[in-house]
Amino acid sequence: MPSISIRYFAILREQRGLGREQLATAAATPEALYEELRARHGFTLPADRVRAAINGEFAPSTAVLREGDEVVFIPPVAGG
Amino acid sequence: MFQISSSPLDPAALRRALLDPRAGACATFEGWVRDHNESRSVRALEYEAFGELAEREGARIVAEARAKFDLLAIACIHRVGALALGELAVWVGVSAAHRGAAFDACRYVIDETKARVPIWKKEHYADGATAWINCATRGDHASIAISP
Repeated sequence: MPSISIRYFAILREQRGLGREQLATAAATPEALYEELRARHGFTLPADRVRAAINGEFAPSTAVLREGDEVVFIPPVAGG
Repeated sequence: MFQISSSPLDPAALRRALLDPRAGACATFEGWVRDHNESRSVRALEYEAFGELAEREGARIVAEARAKFDLLAIACIHRVGALALGELAVWVGVSAAHRGAAFDACRYVIDETKARVPIWKKEHYADGATAWINCATRGDHASIAISP
């Protein structure tokens, strides 16, 4: 299974209890990966309220994940 | 220029970067830490950013403003970390030959920044509770996710 690096921010960082982790996963897309993590860690935000970034750039939730990718799940933003 | 900053913002210094002999107008916006939100009493704020993507998306917003409006200089800088009441959380400044472009660009940059840049705000309330703004889910209080 591909090894994916995940970084967490804000509410997801708190609910996960850490800022980053490395994970071997069968999830093929950010969407599938989020559902896997949500089931495991009890994230309160549903998938449709979280955007994905891969390797530092916004990416569709259906993008294909590759070995070594860095994924960030982006909760609803609230700057300003 | 769009930056995320972990140290306090200095509006006087930021303003100097907008100076241009061709400018006839300067519009700035300051976002301050307010003592209430949706009728709850707020005692402090915390901002967190996905730094690399925040600066990249912010740079795109600044480039869009330059393309849409006739500007001379433009900058936006957003704080991260723990902020006290009254502190400056975000600063936008624009200079232009004429005021219309300056006002419009300033508004555009703050509105787009709030909507698009990966920055998150956690409110600390007077009663000790905290909440990540806009991250409420069903069953939470109002539109905010409360944790005890």
